[in-house]
Amino acid sequence: MGILIRALVLMSLLGCSQTPEPKDWLYQQLGAQPGIDQLTTGLLRKIEQDPQIVGHFQDTDIARFKRLLSEHLCQLSGGPCRYSGASMQEAHTGFQISQADFDQLVAHLMAVMNEQNIAVAAQNRLLALLAPMYKDVVYR
Amino acid sequence: MCRSLTLSLLFACVPVLAQGSKIIATGGASSIEGAAGGGLVPWAVINGYGSSAQWSITGYASQVGVDDFTLRSQGIGLSYDNRYEVSFGQQDLDLDTLGGELSQQIIGLKYKVAGELLYSTMPQLSVGVQLKKQLDFAIPSAIGAQQPSGTDWYLAATKLWFNAIAGRNILFNATVRATKGVQTGLLGFGTASNNQYQYLGEFSAVIFLNPQWALGAEFRQKPNELAYAREDHWRDVFVAWFSNKHLSVVAGHVDLGSIATFSNQRGYYLAVESSWAF
Repeated sequence: MGILIRALVLMSLLGCSQTPEPKDWLYQQLGAQPGIDQLTTGLLRKIEQDPQIVGHFQDTDIARFKRLLSEHLCQLSGGPCRYSGASMQEAHTGFQISQADFDQLVAHLMAVMNEQNIAVAAQNRLLALLAPMYKDVVYR
Repeated sequence: MCRSLTLSLLFACVPVLAQGSKIIATGGASSIEGAAGGGLVPWAVINGYGSSAQWSITGYASQVGVDDFTLRSQGIGLSYDNRYEVSFGQQDLDLDTLGGELSQQIIGLKYKVAGELLYSTMPQLSVGVQLKKQLDFAIPSAIGAQQPSGTDWYLAATKLWFNAIAGRNILFNATVRATKGVQTGLLGFGTASNNQYQYLGEFSAVIFLNPQWALGAEFRQKPNELAYAREDHWRDVFVAWFSNKHLSVVAGHVDLGSIATFSNQRGYYLAVESSWAF
């Protein structure tokens, strides 16, 4: 236990001595705008091939959806964009999105991030930002 | 172990029939008593990969080998809606040094009360019950156990934090169990000196190196009511590999302390499970 505490103290000291992380760290990790565009393209391809959730998108303007998703990811990750769409809650009300649908989408995002060789720490950072949206998206 | 292992591997080899929607590793592993959890501790997670409105079936086999005993556990679990879990398990404790075997059967039920492991600020909370029946009561009775069967109740809280330490995700679990079991019930239930429920704390901490690989440690508080033999708290450290949503393997080191007068019982833990959703 003593060793563990010393290790934790050491880790926190090292953490302090590092230069502050840039505000757009995650945005850069995702590959900036080209990377985020690839991410949204990859995600849409997964959605297209997923019979469980593709139905939710049948009346969706895909080009607009892609632009807004890209904007949203850019803003969330600290990039130079402004999300111009509706709130997550407004955007998903009436779609009857289930927990299974949400899980599928998260799994697709994880798969696409893997395919694009995004570092685990960056993947987790993005998931940490997206996970709390569950309550605004599911069963609305 | 071998029979279930063969069965599990057989399942793992057939083509993908169905895959649940839950995120990989979120069904946990099968603990020694059959409930989804870590190795020694039941968690609030529901077994398998069935998300909302999906079913999942899980088969598992595990073995704990310490200096003077071998504990073999195997069973199946069924879950629905990522909310209800039922499990049927058998445990056989080989008395390697003493000779003989002690067995118990366990029917487990679990219900998710609130929260979502990955998505809610609050932890996922589940309540569970384990109906246990000791099948060889002669030895437990001779050393002072009162009953051959007993019921454990537990409340478990489990939460995963994304990006918590060095960019990795961590999971914490805390479980409170009410039990009369001596050595989880393998040595019977209740003793001459105390036939009351004991309230015990059980804890797990896990760090995910990536979505498929995890390192963890557990502590399981134990009662110490048997005059004849001291009972110690249990501890383990483990590495878990979630190959895909159908196959996972957990290997670890356990410290079970003193069991039936044999002290310093340490050794390995190995578990394999296979899961299918529909």
